[in-house]
Amino acid sequence: MSKQYQFKLVLLGESAVGKSSLVLRFVKDQFDDYRESTIGAAFLTQTVTLDDQTTVKFEIWDTAGQERYKSLAPMYYRNANCAVVVYDITQSASLEKARTWIRELQRQADPSIVIALCGNKLDLAARRQVSQEEAKKYADEEGLMWTETSAKTGEGVTEIFTAIAQKLPLTAPSATRAVGAGRAGPGARPGVDLNKQPGTQGQPDACNC
Amino acid sequence: MDEEYDVIVLGTGLTECILSGLLSVEGKKVLHMDRNDYYGGDSASLNLTQLYRQFRPDQAAPAELGRDRDYAVDLVPKFIIASGELTKILVHTDVTRYLEFKQIAGSFVYRDGKISKVPSTEMEAVKSPLMGLFEKRRAKKFFEFLQGWRDDDPATHQGLNLDNDSMKTVYEKFGLEPGTQDFIGHAMALYLDDDYITKPARPTYDRIILYTSSMARYGKSPYIYPLYGLGELPQSFARLSAIYGGTYMLDKSIDKIVTNSDGKFVGVTSGGETVKAKQVIGDPSYFSGSDDGKVRVLEEGKVVRAICLLKHPIPGTDDSDSCQIIIPQNQVNRRNDIYVAMVSSTHNVCAKDIYVAIVSTIVETDKPELEIRPGLALLGPIYDKFVSITPIYTPTSSGKEDNVFITRSYDATSHFETVVEDVQDVWKRVTGTDLVLKKREVEVQE
Repeated sequence: MSKQYQFKLVLLGESAVGKSSLVLRFVKDQFDDYRESTIGAAFLTQTVTLDDQTTVKFEIWDTAGQERYKSLAPMYYRNANCAVVVYDITQSASLEKARTWIRELQRQADPSIVIALCGNKLDLAARRQVSQEEAKKYADEEGLMWTETSAKTGEGVTEIFTAIAQKLPLTAPSATRAVGAGRAGPGARPGVDLNKQPGTQGQPDACNC
Repeated sequence: MDEEYDVIVLGTGLTECILSGLLSVEGKKVLHMDRNDYYGGDSASLNLTQLYRQFRPDQAAPAELGRDRDYAVDLVPKFIIASGELTKILVHTDVTRYLEFKQIAGSFVYRDGKISKVPSTEMEAVKSPLMGLFEKRRAKKFFEFLQGWRDDDPATHQGLNLDNDSMKTVYEKFGLEPGTQDFIGHAMALYLDDDYITKPARPTYDRIILYTSSMARYGKSPYIYPLYGLGELPQSFARLSAIYGGTYMLDKSIDKIVTNSDGKFVGVTSGGETVKAKQVIGDPSYFSGSDDGKVRVLEEGKVVRAICLLKHPIPGTDDSDSCQIIIPQNQVNRRNDIYVAMVSSTHNVCAKDIYVAIVSTIVETDKPELEIRPGLALLGPIYDKFVSITPIYTPTSSGKEDNVFITRSYDATSHFETVVEDVQDVWKRVTGTDLVLKKREVEVQE
């Protein structure tokens, strides 16, 4: 029987490093040179096939610009299974910012979170300010996955999301939630679904008694 | 910060965040600021460090309470009534994507020194220990009357007119005892005092139906509650606002509300810079001290709230992991009811085997802590207790003249219906139109 696992993935990084572009490339295989700051990217999902039996569905949270003035809500980190922390290889300051976000994740997120450090804008390698060695060394020290990508050309994008999917623990109880299952862990009373309006679905309400 | 905004919103309480979210969805350019470095204002949920910092600045949280991050202690005790207006807004704006809800396990009422489950149907009324045999029959007839009422079918009216007859007349028609009236008016219609009895019965009828239909929806109680605490609600609406272009700045002191010579709003000064906007919306705390000598908010009363950490469920509630207990005012010779709201680790708001109960009431005397004693007495041993006495502010004007729109403080009611009324009211004042919820076209991209 095939299984689909669902994970929450959060994006972090300084403004304009290409967080939304990475997701747009991954989810829709598109790129827009003049993309404005994130507006209206409500909710993105993308599925990665690991093998015949197993698919991983990412529920992707973009910062919606709330990172700009240090105003990301705790809700953003809550129950995140994995994070992609993005920097711009042509801006060394953006790697410093990425380090700050990683410290924030280590402080706020679940300790088992899988973190990938991602140097974007590989298509602009001629203007590189962050060396591969420096970033890789830092990632190794902190136990992070690391890669470089270009949202513009698509290089490395699918690969990093697939690598994350492979690294996510499909057996740990907190992560093995089938689609639709609650996030509260096994044994807990199931949550209630507000979207099921009584009478409109042609079925009786789920009764918890 | 030299851009000009349509609306600046001050404070990230639930009321302000719902308004901010709805305004951004509508295409308004919104700047949302808060003096605190966390979301939620007065409706925040605090972790242990924040809780002790707020109430006991000189004491660290005891280690035996467990991990800081396991805690989300609400400052204002409220539950979401399942079929109420907040549920509608949550569904229509689709912020339910960011939230997960669980039921509150039980709804109880205090009578003659004991607590009992609130009956909500004629079936439950028949089984309830709250009433004697004959009273049960009368209550059954009363509930059948309510459930059977059809506005367009006079045969269901039994000679009563809900719009003209008082609730007193309705109670008398069914011969209900004062104690039964107490739990119907206070534990089901959720009135805080007895003023409703002499008024037309219609609103009371509506409120009882809201209670019973909410009860019928999920089964155990009429209430639901977001995992990780009520503070998740403002955060989720803030995210909605941000997704639609709203700009968020926390940890910003608001130095001045700037007005022009006509007294009209111009902008907000923060950190030496003035940001301009057409309108400002904010919670009362941002307008209590006024720069231009104008009194913008008035205190209309105070609420006393005691946040109690327990190491056991509340006695007499069948070990419920969460519950509401209402002590009707008549039962303890008061004018206003005392509420107990309890949640626990089932709702991811505290460590395992800890229970967080909040006892609250409207202050009637100069010794508010004594007033909540009947509520505290129901809890058993209290591990720690944090008491606050909060003024309830209401704006002095509609804001239409000066473009300064002020929300109300969170009141003593047990649910969010009055918060939504305030949202609707402020929306109308700000936009000039009624708030109509449209189902949002959701961008789900697979």
